[in-house]
Amino acid sequence: MKFKARTKAKSEIPTASMPDVIFMLLVFFMVTTVLREYEGLPIVLPSAVRIEKLESRRNTAHVFVNKVGLVSIDDKRIPMSSVRNIMAVKLMDNIKIITSLKADRDTPMKIITDVHQEFRHAQTLRVNYAAKTRAL
Amino acid sequence: MIKRKRIELKAIPSASMADIAFLLLVFFLVTTTISMDKGLGMVLPAIGEEIEVNPKNITKVLINTAGQVLLDDELVSLSQLKGKIKNMLARNDKLIVSVKTTPRTKHQAYLDVIDNLRQAGAGRISIAEPDM
Repeated sequence: MKFKARTKAKSEIPTASMPDVIFMLLVFFMVTTVLREYEGLPIVLPSAVRIEKLESRRNTAHVFVNKVGLVSIDDKRIPMSSVRNIMAVKLMDNIKIITSLKADRDTPMKIITDVHQEFRHAQTLRVNYAAKTRAL
Repeated sequence: MIKRKRIELKAIPSASMADIAFLLLVFFLVTTTISMDKGLGMVLPAIGEEIEVNPKNITKVLINTAGQVLLDDELVSLSQLKGKIKNMLARNDKLIVSVKTTPRTKHQAYLDVIDNLRQAGAGRISIAEPDM
């Protein structure tokens, strides 16, 4: 007599590849994010239409300016006249540096002009005025 | 009959690999940020760089404390500014736009002007020393 071996078909979703999926996600986050380096000052960013993304996160210096004229770089309060020294050091570390200037939208232009002068003295001429998007 | 001893291969239990991966993932999610810094790019002129320009190729934009914009001494709105600069650029593509502000002009007003100049296609924007 022939017995047909009855095999019970166990239908289970194969989860053997779950760690692989997680590793992919992990690699994605490691590549696209940057460890948070600074907190900055509380400011309200201005808004603009034609804004561009910063080219490379590694090559940016973040300078915060609030509407009273406080300047903060790397979470340290810097007096306006010392900004050029700090920026010159940053330029020496990375010649391709772009400064992301995050100034409050109500900052008087006098302060912005002073910051411009400091940047010009430090030769860090590539500046990006941080702004929020605004629909046209 | 020779009994062949079955060599059992003992595998390292890898059931916890997923847990380790999840932990690492949570760590990275918590400590990093997808910084979406966006803004208006600009290159400042170097110190001492004063180029000779033909006064015919310059147009002056002034922004006062209240944020009003004067284009060659004519009060304009931002959209009018964009339109006029577009026309001026069509006639003279070597046009240089000089932007001057007062010390109390707000940063937002300055950015609005730069933004509209960029939308009009002005490539040469010069930032003038503000009147003190």
